[in-house]
Amino acid sequence: MAAITANLYAQHDRAALLENRQATREARWVKVTILGAALTFFAIFLLLPLAVVFVEALAKGWHTYLDALVEPDALSAVTLTLLAALISVPLNLVFGVAAAWAITRFDFRGKQLLITLIDLPFSVSPVVAGLIYVLVFSSHGWIGPWLLEHDIKVIFAVPGIVLATVFVTVPFVARELIPLLQAQGREEEEAAVVLGARGWQVFWHVTLPNVRWALLYGVILSNARAMGEFGAVSVVSGHIRGETNTLPLHVEILYNEYQFAAAFAVASLLALLALVTLAVKSWIEWRAAQAHD
Amino acid sequence: MSIQVQNIHKAFGDFIALDNLTLDFPSGELVALLGPSGCGKTTLLRVIAGLEQADSGRVLLDGDDASDTHVRERQVGFVFQHYALFRHMTVFDNVAFGLRMKPRGIRPSEAEIKRKVHELLQLVQLDWLADRFPAQLSGGQRQRIALARALAVEPRVLLLDEPFGALDAKVRKELRRWLRRLHDELHITSIFVTHDQEEALEVADRVVLMNHGRVEQIGSPAEVYQQPATPFVYGFLGAANRFEGQSSAGGIAIGKATLTTGQHVQHGEVIAFVRPHELDIVRQEFGHGIPARVSRVLTLGALTRVELEGRDDVAGQHFDVELPASHPLAGSLITGEPVRLQPRSVRVFANPETAGAA
Repeated sequence: MAAITANLYAQHDRAALLENRQATREARWVKVTILGAALTFFAIFLLLPLAVVFVEALAKGWHTYLDALVEPDALSAVTLTLLAALISVPLNLVFGVAAAWAITRFDFRGKQLLITLIDLPFSVSPVVAGLIYVLVFSSHGWIGPWLLEHDIKVIFAVPGIVLATVFVTVPFVARELIPLLQAQGREEEEAAVVLGARGWQVFWHVTLPNVRWALLYGVILSNARAMGEFGAVSVVSGHIRGETNTLPLHVEILYNEYQFAAAFAVASLLALLALVTLAVKSWIEWRAAQAHD
Repeated sequence: MSIQVQNIHKAFGDFIALDNLTLDFPSGELVALLGPSGCGKTTLLRVIAGLEQADSGRVLLDGDDASDTHVRERQVGFVFQHYALFRHMTVFDNVAFGLRMKPRGIRPSEAEIKRKVHELLQLVQLDWLADRFPAQLSGGQRQRIALARALAVEPRVLLLDEPFGALDAKVRKELRRWLRRLHDELHITSIFVTHDQEEALEVADRVVLMNHGRVEQIGSPAEVYQQPATPFVYGFLGAANRFEGQSSAGGIAIGKATLTTGQHVQHGEVIAFVRPHELDIVRQEFGHGIPARVSRVLTLGALTRVELEGRDDVAGQHFDVELPASHPLAGSLITGEPVRLQPRSVRVFANPETAGAA
């Protein structure tokens, strides 16, 4: 993805060239229609709802807004969301790099199966993902009784939320890295080995620097999903206020209790997070394009 | 350091890349592995480097069996066709890489590395590019940096995989000459892979011709060019006109026509080769020689190339003749004119396709 966007940046110059030449320029009404349709769609379905979040959040004034955010249950939700992201993102970083490395650099039995498995969280509904964990870990589940005996709580507790988050964010890092590593080939790594570099030196000095922007991009996407995940987490959480509620779950509860201003206030936090993610993502894409040239 | 490969066999699925190959590379020589694509030359180079594992056979470096030695301990320098420079590092860091990766105990100091890298960059005449990134260099510069990088670890052997393959004709010629001079200075045992016969003949001390995973001939450039051992070698080293026929009293009978050879020829089915500059055009429709018809006359600088189509018994075959542009025939031949071809020098081989059957 990062490579594709890098390409987009490179194409920008060519697009300008096409536009400036009489011979290749499109008629004015074509441009206006296409651009107008795209921008109208963008405004109605993306910009307007985003604005509504902030307007509604501040509808009852700054005071209500801040109160909704510093309320203990809200703070607990923030902490839990951050915790889930803090555990799942590094896990997926390590797993994603290892999987992408293995898939692109080695031939082994079951490679195709591994690629399919990595994509599984994308194709499975998050609700199903949550249910899987319930079926395995709940008191009626496969290893639930054993867990109960040892006093380990997974479902309706923090570990379950972390597990569900890890599950839904698995593909992001690996999916970013695999095409890039494939495109770059093995030659630079072979050159490094011939020059006497050991396995981890090759990885650290040659492989990793070449994919660093794609990696960061994968981490950003993975983080955004980890913090925003609703379905899978909702199934395993049990919605215990102040204990197993993440930010998205907290928003839903507030909304269902007709506390609209508070719900939108917490939602605005998530929206802000999304905006920061977007900004960082654009910056990474820009850097990746620079690295590409 | 000498390199020996013994009974190396390597297959990729059904495709046999190296067919029980045995070869000696003497110390200090610059050897070219020459052959068409898919003949196994790159695979052989990679097996010697350790980047590819042979199915069976041994690689001896300096007399020691290196078959189980890890690539990084073989002390070989490898130059890749597409340079394989580390794109995120400057030229300086690229060249310094091998030194910096050494275990702490034997790693030179940063000052020593700096001195050494600049020395190597001076050797490849690119000292002024030390702070650039590979993407900012031309192809020829990149390949010289790749060479400097390979030399930094003081390899015992230098292996070059189509080092000039990705460069344009002019730069390729310059670099060839430059590589030869460099080798004369350093005298490091070097093997380079190429499919360009001109490159192999110009640069190497010794040429190894390969085809279908086997060695066809080994020899100095003059030897392989002047005394090609097999039809393949003759055909591969430079343009050639090919004639197939039966040996007879006056030469080689091709139908009713005779290719006069002026020498005794082995009996049976034979293949004869004549270089384009050793074939004469006689302006007569009947008589001695191979019947042909002029189809095109091209003037290329000092040379005139005449393309001809076979007539009668050799109908459907194409022949090329090269004349000096100053030759009287060069300006006067007419397209469509019937002529006869007579060789001044012929190289005859038993026909391998029918020899086995007889």
